[in-house]
Amino acid sequence: MNAASQPLALRDLALRRGPRLLFEGLELQLAPGEVLHLQGANGAGKTSLLETLAGLRRAAEGAIDGRPEAGGLHWLGHRNALNLNLSVLENLEFWCGLNGVEPAACLPALERVGLARLRHRLVRTLSAGQKRRAALARLLVSLRPLWLLDEPLDGLDRQGLELFAQLLAEHAARGGMAVVTSHQPLPPGLSGVRSLVLG
Amino acid sequence: MASWTWFHRLASPPSFFRLADRLAPWFGLLAAALLAYGWIDGLFFAPEDYQQKDAYRIIYVHVPAAALSLSLYMGMAVAAFVALVWRMKLAEAAIIAIAPVGASFTALALVTGMLWGKPMWGAYWVWDARLTSELVLLFLYFGVIGLWQAFEDPRAAARACALLAIVGVINVPIVKYSVDWWNSLHQGSTILKMGKPSITAAMAWPLFASLIGAYLLSGYVILRRLQNELLLRERGTAWVRELLGASRV
Amino acid sequence: MRALAAVFRRELRLALRSRMDWLLPLLFFVMVVMLFGLGARPKDPALAGFAPSVLWVGALLSMLLTLDRLFRSDYEDGTLEQLCLAEAPLTATIAAKLLAHWFLTGLPLVLLAAPLATALQLPDAGLAPLVIGLALGTPVLSLVGGFAAALTVALPRAGLLLPLLVLPLLAPVVIFGAGAVRAALEGLDAGAPLYFLAAVLVLCLTLVPWAAAAALRNAFE
Repeated sequence: MNAASQPLALRDLALRRGPRLLFEGLELQLAPGEVLHLQGANGAGKTSLLETLAGLRRAAEGAIDGRPEAGGLHWLGHRNALNLNLSVLENLEFWCGLNGVEPAACLPALERVGLARLRHRLVRTLSAGQKRRAALARLLVSLRPLWLLDEPLDGLDRQGLELFAQLLAEHAARGGMAVVTSHQPLPPGLSGVRSLVLG
Repeated sequence: MASWTWFHRLASPPSFFRLADRLAPWFGLLAAALLAYGWIDGLFFAPEDYQQKDAYRIIYVHVPAAALSLSLYMGMAVAAFVALVWRMKLAEAAIIAIAPVGASFTALALVTGMLWGKPMWGAYWVWDARLTSELVLLFLYFGVIGLWQAFEDPRAAARACALLAIVGVINVPIVKYSVDWWNSLHQGSTILKMGKPSITAAMAWPLFASLIGAYLLSGYVILRRLQNELLLRERGTAWVRELLGASRV
Repeated sequence: MRALAAVFRRELRLALRSRMDWLLPLLFFVMVVMLFGLGARPKDPALAGFAPSVLWVGALLSMLLTLDRLFRSDYEDGTLEQLCLAEAPLTATIAAKLLAHWFLTGLPLVLLAAPLATALQLPDAGLAPLVIGLALGTPVLSLVGGFAAALTVALPRAGLLLPLLVLPLLAPVVIFGAGAVRAALEGLDAGAPLYFLAAVLVLCLTLVPWAAAAALRNAFE
C-alpha cells in the first residue's frame, strides 16, 4: 500500500445530473485510516458523488485532490460486476487479468469471504448475499488505498455484515481510506468513521 | 490569456442569447430580400436554357439546398469537435440546432434533384453519384437526430451526437469517393451526358443571390433554434428566469 | 497484453456457454441467402449478378443482430464500470472485445460465403474477391458496429436505433465489397476496391477504439 499517506480532499465540489444541481460547495477532507459514511435521501447524489470520486463522472465545479491513479482504487458499485454465466473464480480471475494482479491471489480472497467451496459454481446459481460476497472478494485480491463502496451491505446476512466490518476495519488499520454509501448504519466496532449527510 | 476573455464571454449562454437576439432579425431580413430577388428573377426573368428549357430553373432551389446540406454537416462537425474538446455548452446546443436544418436542406436537395431528374434523365431516381451520396448524407443526419432524441440528459446526448457527427464527417468523403467509383463502374445506360454548361451572367446573378440568401436563412433558423435550445437547457437558472419574467409582463 | 488475453478468453468462454447467441445470426445469414434464391426463378442467370450484393447485405444484417448485446450485459451487470476503472486502458479492452466479436460473428460469415456464393451460381472468378473482401470488410462491420453499440449502450431501446446509425456509415464497405466481385466478373481489376477496403479497415482500427471508449464513458453521465 503505497499511496496511503496521501489524504483525499474535495474542494468546492458541485455536481449536476442533467439539468438538476445535486449539491454545491462541498468541502471535505479524508485522511488515511478514515472511513466516510455517506448518507442521504434517494436522489440526493450519493452514487453520483461516489462516481465522481472514482473518475467515472465529471464534477460540474470544484476539484478533487489526492485521487489515486487508475488501478489505485477499488470500486464496488451497486451492481456486482459479475457475469452470471461465469463461475465465481472465472469472474475474479478476469478482474485480475484486467488489473495485472496475479491470479494466485484469488483463492485466499474467496476463502476469506467464504466462497472457496462455491468457486466453480456459476454466479447465476448464487443467492444475492453470496453474489455480494463474491464482489467483496475483489477488494482482497489487491491492496489499494481507496475503497469506494456503493451500498455494500445490500443482501448480506448477519455473518456477512460481521465479515464486512472486519474487512473494513483491517483496511482502515492499514491506513486505507473508504467512502461507503449505506442506508443502514455501518456495523458497530469501526473506529474513525465519519458521517456526511447529503441533501 | 486576456485575449480569450471576449471569447468566453461570447460563448456563455446568456450573452450569446442576447447577441443572437440582435443578429437574427438581420439574418432574416437579408435572407428574405435576397431569396425574393433570386427566386423571382431566377424563375421568371432569367433567360431560358437552350438545352434544358425552363426545367433548369430548379437550380435556384436545388443548388443552394445541396450546398447547404454539406456546409451544415461540416458546421455541425466543427461544433461537435468544439463540444468534445472544450465541453462548451454553446457548441453542444449548436449540434442539435443545426442537425434538423441540415436534414431539411438535404431532403430539399434530394426532392428537387429528383424533380429535375425526370425531364433530364427520364426517371425520378437514377443511381447518380451525387444523388446517392446526398441520400447517405440524409441518413447520417437522421442518425444524429435519432440519437439525440433517444437520450434524456441533454449533455450526454450532445456528446454522443458529437462523436457520431465526427465519425460521420470522416465518412462523408469516403462515401462520396465510393459512390463515384461504383457509379463509374456502371455508367452509360441512363445518365445523359451533359457537358459543363456555361452559364450567363443573367442566370448567375439570381443563382448567387439565392445561394447567399439560403445561407442567411439557415443562419436565421439556426440562431433561433439555438436560442430555444439554450432556454430549454438553462431553464431554472437566474438569467432565464429574469428573461422570461421580463417578457411575461 | 495479459488484459487483452483475459478479455478475449472471457468472450470466447461466454460464447461457448450460450452458443445460440452466435449461431443464430449465422443461421439468419444462410436463411436470407436461401430465401433470396427461392424468390428468384429457378436457374435464373440474373441470380449471379445479384449474388455479391445479397451476400454483403446478408452479412451486414446478421452482424446487426449481434450488436445490441455487445456491451449491454457488461453495462447492466456493472462490469463496464470495472473496465473503465481498470489498469488496462479502455481502448485496449474494447479492441480485444471487438476482435473477439469479429472472431465469433465475422469470421464464420467469411467461411460461409464461398459455399453460399456457389449456391447463388456466382462464377468462380468472383469467389476470391468475395472472400477477400469479406475478410477485410467484416472487421469494419465489427468496429463500426461496436462504436454504434457503445454510443447507445445506456439507451433502453437501442435495437431500433442501431440500424439507422450503422447502415449509412457502412455504405462504402458494401459498395467496395460487392463492387470488387462485380469488377472481377466483368474482367476488370478487383484490386483497387479491395485496397480501398483495406484502407477503410486501417482507418477504423486506428479510430474506433478511441471513439468507442469515449462513447462508453459518456454512458455514465
